[in-house]
Amino acid sequence: MSALLSVNALSKEFGGVHAIEDLSFEVARGDVHAIIGPNGAGKTTLFNLVTGLYQPSAGGVRLNGQDITGRQPHKLCEMGMARTFQNLQICMNMSAVENVMLGRHRHLGSGALSAMLRLPGQRRADRACRQQCRELMEFVGCGAYLEHAASAMPYGALKRLEIARALAAEPDILLLDEPAAGLNATETGALRDVIQRIAEKGITVVLVEHDMKLVMSVSDRLLVISYGRKLAEGTPSEIREHPEVIAAYLGGGANNKQEVPA
Amino acid sequence: MLSEFFQFTFSGVTLGAIYALVALGFTLIYNASHVINFAQGEFLMIGGMGTVVLLEAGAPLPLAMLGALLLAGVAGVVLYKLAIAPAKKANVVTLIIITIGASIFLRGLAQFFWGKQYHALPRFSATESISVGGATLLTQSLWVLGIAVVLVVALALFFNRSRLGKAILATSMNKDAARLAGIKTQTILTLAFGISALLGAVAGVIVAPITFTAYDVGIMLGLKGFVAAAIGGLGSSTGAIVGGLLLGLSEAYTAGYISSDYKDAVPFVIILAILFFLPNGLFGSRAVERV
Amino acid sequence: MKTPFLRSPYAGLLLLALVLALMPFLVRNDFHYDLLTKICLTATVAVGLNLLVGYAGQVSLGHAAFYAGGAYASAILTSQYQITPLPAMLIAAAGVGVIAWLVGRPILHLKGHYLSMATLGLGVIAAIVLNNEDQLTGGPDGIGLPPLSLLGHELSVFGEYPFAGLTLTGVELWYLLAAAVLLLAVLLALNIIDSPLGRALRALHGSEIAAQVAGVDTARFKLRVFVISAVYASVAGSLYGHYSGFITPGIASFEHSIELITIVVLGGMASTFGVIIGAVILVLIPQFLTDFQELEMVVFGAILMAVMIFLPRGLLPTLLSRFQRGAR
Repeated sequence: MSALLSVNALSKEFGGVHAIEDLSFEVARGDVHAIIGPNGAGKTTLFNLVTGLYQPSAGGVRLNGQDITGRQPHKLCEMGMARTFQNLQICMNMSAVENVMLGRHRHLGSGALSAMLRLPGQRRADRACRQQCRELMEFVGCGAYLEHAASAMPYGALKRLEIARALAAEPDILLLDEPAAGLNATETGALRDVIQRIAEKGITVVLVEHDMKLVMSVSDRLLVISYGRKLAEGTPSEIREHPEVIAAYLGGGANNKQEVPA
Repeated sequence: MLSEFFQFTFSGVTLGAIYALVALGFTLIYNASHVINFAQGEFLMIGGMGTVVLLEAGAPLPLAMLGALLLAGVAGVVLYKLAIAPAKKANVVTLIIITIGASIFLRGLAQFFWGKQYHALPRFSATESISVGGATLLTQSLWVLGIAVVLVVALALFFNRSRLGKAILATSMNKDAARLAGIKTQTILTLAFGISALLGAVAGVIVAPITFTAYDVGIMLGLKGFVAAAIGGLGSSTGAIVGGLLLGLSEAYTAGYISSDYKDAVPFVIILAILFFLPNGLFGSRAVERV
Repeated sequence: MKTPFLRSPYAGLLLLALVLALMPFLVRNDFHYDLLTKICLTATVAVGLNLLVGYAGQVSLGHAAFYAGGAYASAILTSQYQITPLPAMLIAAAGVGVIAWLVGRPILHLKGHYLSMATLGLGVIAAIVLNNEDQLTGGPDGIGLPPLSLLGHELSVFGEYPFAGLTLTGVELWYLLAAAVLLLAVLLALNIIDSPLGRALRALHGSEIAAQVAGVDTARFKLRVFVISAVYASVAGSLYGHYSGFITPGIASFEHSIELITIVVLGGMASTFGVIIGAVILVLIPQFLTDFQELEMVVFGAILMAVMIFLPRGLLPTLLSRFQRGAR
């Protein structure tokens, strides 16, 4: 079994509304796997279920063969899962580099005593961590903000800062939630390079994104969901030809349902 | 035995009705502005003490009560205009400190102008008590219950039937949407503080003949009202009423059957126990955090 | 890439040490020393509470309970169990830490106003217990404590102590002790803030979700900072008990809890030196307000409201950002 992440018959209900319904798919190790679908299709809900922020109503998730359904986010992080957010989750009370350093939490000892006494071992580790995180900021393209407070950074840079924070955890699998939203064409181009280089490092990437040009150029496989259900699955070229996907995206077709907000 | 039980129940329900009114005041302000108003207890004090002072100045009881209610209402509106509205962007803790500052300020004014003595108001009826099932029921308790029921019904009608009431509800649900729908949210918030102050003052007036009133009665009454509001779940009116009654009854039973030393601790033990199992109170909404 | 020392928080610590060391040259009488000692002990509590409220963003409206816990435990252990003050103080701190851990576990998953409610409730319950269990606590009348003793030497406010050719009075020595405790408290707090632990705590405030997905066990870290801040309060409480020689349940009251949180918010949340300024102000205000006599409460309430409305981020952070904007 080569799937790193496998989602099995997952469902999530919010007061009778099915945000995700009986969804199953697998993400192979080392792939860039995109999840696309119209607004309200349940993509972010899916991310929240996989990363443990929501509890599923039914079904399960496995990471590396291990059942991780409903496990707490911090435990999943320790198992090698990292993510970014569509609506930024940045600590505005910290500096930019400290936000990235937060991502290295699982690699650092955070004992109270060594912190209070400022023990040399912890200081050394912390200094090395800072250096690593500055390099990560350069890597994702926000090297211009090494000395900035997070609250003084523009939106586009904060989106990349989240990627740096996620990478700092040295994950096996990285979930990116609409990383290109709000970015201009140049920034999106740079983002494509970043995603490709992340994949080259052997990190499995799950990507929720609306920018089809970006999705089609970086993804190995795609999953299309609509109203919380699987619509199609396949390689970029298969998806491009898929009649139901074309119907859903062009809005025509025989079963033109009403859009359900989720 | 049974008569004893009746006795405790009577005093518990009376106390509970008072807590419910205070809790409704908390709920109203919380819904409209998401502020926990730690000065809520001071409105009770203004109601009771204001009536006492006006009585001493020679006003007849109904007029004195009306004057005190008016004073409390004005205090509520001024509190909003001068302290809450200018600090609209402040965080939760800062707002807590502001309302606590307001409560100290109001208590200080009361102490300065009205003194530190304890006062009792005359009861509303000539008869002091009647006997029910071997237990004594104070006529003032009936007044408290009657007035509380009338107020609750009036509030329910106000929120469900009147345009103004619905506007307050709309503002509490979504301020921006309410503003877009043409509701003057500033006016609504002012009104919420005013009505909440009136509720508190009424509670303060009707309970004063039973308990005594002084410049500092607001602290404990306010805190217990907050507890009652939190028991039911902040923002739930039904919860406020249930919470108030639950609090009053358990306090009375504790004082009667266990020990009166610890009766003031009961509300806080109850709220801790409830929050342990239901982190959003009995009727609070379990909102899913949007990520 | 290392931050220059002068811009690091440790420069602030040096400045604080300097100010504290200069104080004896400025003050003239025992009354002033008394105020200074009280400021240092109060500031110590505030520095600890700030870790919880300012940095980790978790409200506590019942922290006076931990302060009183330390003071009462010291009183009971020394007077009823004949334990010497220093070990008693350590046992008290450990006990308060354990209690904070036990009560913190169920309540720290509460959010916002519910957490305020729960901590407030704990504080009120603690005050009522201290008032009612009079065999143990002396009830409303309070309880006495022996003077602090270090290595067999008593440190009484009424004593005189020859030292290197000088004769120091008890009040002067007490001030030096309290100042040293405050400096240590600040040093430990600064160390915590600039560490992986500190980042995890600040992340709880900044974005709890970010902290979770970054691997922070948020429940555990909330509990940790709650315990740390409770131990700070306990130690300061024990010291205050020995210093004043007598304590009453008033130190556990809701009003005292409010005073503590006010110091933090007034001075500036997440600003260690800000909260020390907050402590200075809150201890000194009553001294100045005695001129207003009957209007003391009115003026105090008005000041509180005005500062929070016009400087919602607290005194020091607001002043610093004005200053920086002016410098640019």
